[in-house]
Amino acid sequence: MTDVKTRADGLAGSAEEPLARKATIIHDLLTIAKRACRSVFREPEFFIPAIIVPVFFFVVNIGALQDVAEAGAPAGFDFKAFQLPVAIIFAVTGVSRASSLVIDIQGGYFDRLLLTPVRRPTLLLGLMAADLMAVMMLAIPVTALGLILGVSFATGPLGIIVFLFYGALWGLAFAGFPYAIALKTGNPAAVNSSFILFFPFAFLTTSFLPKEALTGWLATIATYNPVTYVLGGLRSLITDGWAWGELGKGLLAILAVTIVSFGLASAAMRGRISQN
Amino acid sequence: MTAAITSTDLRRTFGENEAVAGLELAVQPGEIYGFLGPNGAGKSTTVKMLCTLLLPTSGSATVVGFDVASQAGDIRLRIGVALQDASLDGKQTGRELLDLQGRLYGLSKANIRKRMDDVIGLVNIGGAIDDRVESYSGGMKRRLDLAMALIHKPQVLFLDEPTTGLDPVSRTDVWNEVRALNDHEGMTIFLTTQYLEEADELADRVGIISGGLIVAEDTPTALKKSIGNDLIVAKIDGDVEAAARAVRAVDGVDSVEIHGDELSASASDGAGAVSAVAVALNASDHRVTSLTLRTPTLDDVFLDVTGAKLSASHQTDDDTTDLSKEAS
Repeated sequence: MTDVKTRADGLAGSAEEPLARKATIIHDLLTIAKRACRSVFREPEFFIPAIIVPVFFFVVNIGALQDVAEAGAPAGFDFKAFQLPVAIIFAVTGVSRASSLVIDIQGGYFDRLLLTPVRRPTLLLGLMAADLMAVMMLAIPVTALGLILGVSFATGPLGIIVFLFYGALWGLAFAGFPYAIALKTGNPAAVNSSFILFFPFAFLTTSFLPKEALTGWLATIATYNPVTYVLGGLRSLITDGWAWGELGKGLLAILAVTIVSFGLASAAMRGRISQN
Repeated sequence: MTAAITSTDLRRTFGENEAVAGLELAVQPGEIYGFLGPNGAGKSTTVKMLCTLLLPTSGSATVVGFDVASQAGDIRLRIGVALQDASLDGKQTGRELLDLQGRLYGLSKANIRKRMDDVIGLVNIGGAIDDRVESYSGGMKRRLDLAMALIHKPQVLFLDEPTTGLDPVSRTDVWNEVRALNDHEGMTIFLTTQYLEEADELADRVGIISGGLIVAEDTPTALKKSIGNDLIVAKIDGDVEAAARAVRAVDGVDSVEIHGDELSASASDGAGAVSAVAVALNASDHRVTSLTLRTPTLDDVFLDVTGAKLSASHQTDDDTTDLSKEAS
């Protein structure tokens, strides 16, 4: 070997203390979340369709079905109050940063993140923090529209806040599915197709009729559809007051979906970050 | 002195395909090591193993004294990496990405500010640092990518084909930045490239990789010297074997090799022999479409050790004298 230069200053060597260090998990979580939240505001194409769909269904359903539904219902039945939780479910189900995660994977930015000492779980948890912000941004105007149209909450202002967080929790629970698909496939088309999951969850349930009015196979599916219980919890906040039984059943349904969806997402994440 | 990078019988397979097939490396601190080879030779797989993105199938490797398989976390704190494609988030500004990168490396706010000033000055992005990255040119993205790799002041910098796809001006800018890093900060740089002139310009030592193995390794000067003499290269439209026989008979020509329609005559005094070669070719009654006298390049080294040309399109003109077009 000839004319190879070596230097004594700035030498590589295990004894030299690096400028970098591993940060705390909270620090990493906030760092990842900050970037993801910033991106939400910079992508109107992410936000605008997501707000139009629930508002459209809410307004059209009320306009088309309110008189019919209230005519055949017990006295005091408020179809707007019945539909507002459905609009929330439509607003928050499927909202996630999974598409941007796929872009990161395909573009190599995800690898760049893996090259840093960032704690791996925060790569997903940070995105979920942005999701929480996004679903609240969607749920608040939809709820406000309901209030403007005359929906009143039996649980008062505190009930409205719980209503928003309850809906947001469902949104986060469901977000595990698109994340699992994004991490497993790294394919934008596959992530977009995860929207198909929205339909059975959102329509094979008590979206348009109370459970007692459902019959046959639809009644059976609705019984096992977790959204049925989430809708029950949300509706109870509007019409029944603090009905802990209904709220508890809805929370259990959210927990069950969370376990499944984030179990899948965690497994996909382990596969994605595996060095094999 | 601890070597900056070592590997011993490093291997990586993907199914039946052995991408890296027993690599032996020893890169010294402060060295620019050029890892030269064509697409698919195993360069990027090697970098991914050394950067802890991929585990070796067998063998071992260390970076800054730490084992890539069992001490990946220690390595990540000490290396900077710019992968083959500038991997950036277009929705963020350059400054936001640098800040994010600094935070992920656990740097304090003061340290991030200081390092940001340092690296922004080094990579010369100017006022565009506050623009969203989606508005950057390819060259600017590469330079920002390099800045992000440097934010935590790494001891070893991995650059995976840092100038692929760049225009000549941007390429020269990146070369200057790499030189400055090495000259001023003594940073060890592991540079993969498929560009001969890039390895020649930047690297203190070059390892030529082919089929997942290093087939030659030395300084660029020594590698070229290993080929020996000046080269007189003629393209023949006709019987190349017969033309080669005529050239072999010329005084001063040491050897002649044939590659397709081209013959290379090696001569210790190329300038002295070239006119005699031209006369011999003319007399042999074969049409010569070009005749060139040049010193050996790394492409000749690659051709010598692998039997194939790395690239005909990346030769520099600096050491080439085109003597004749349509010479017959």
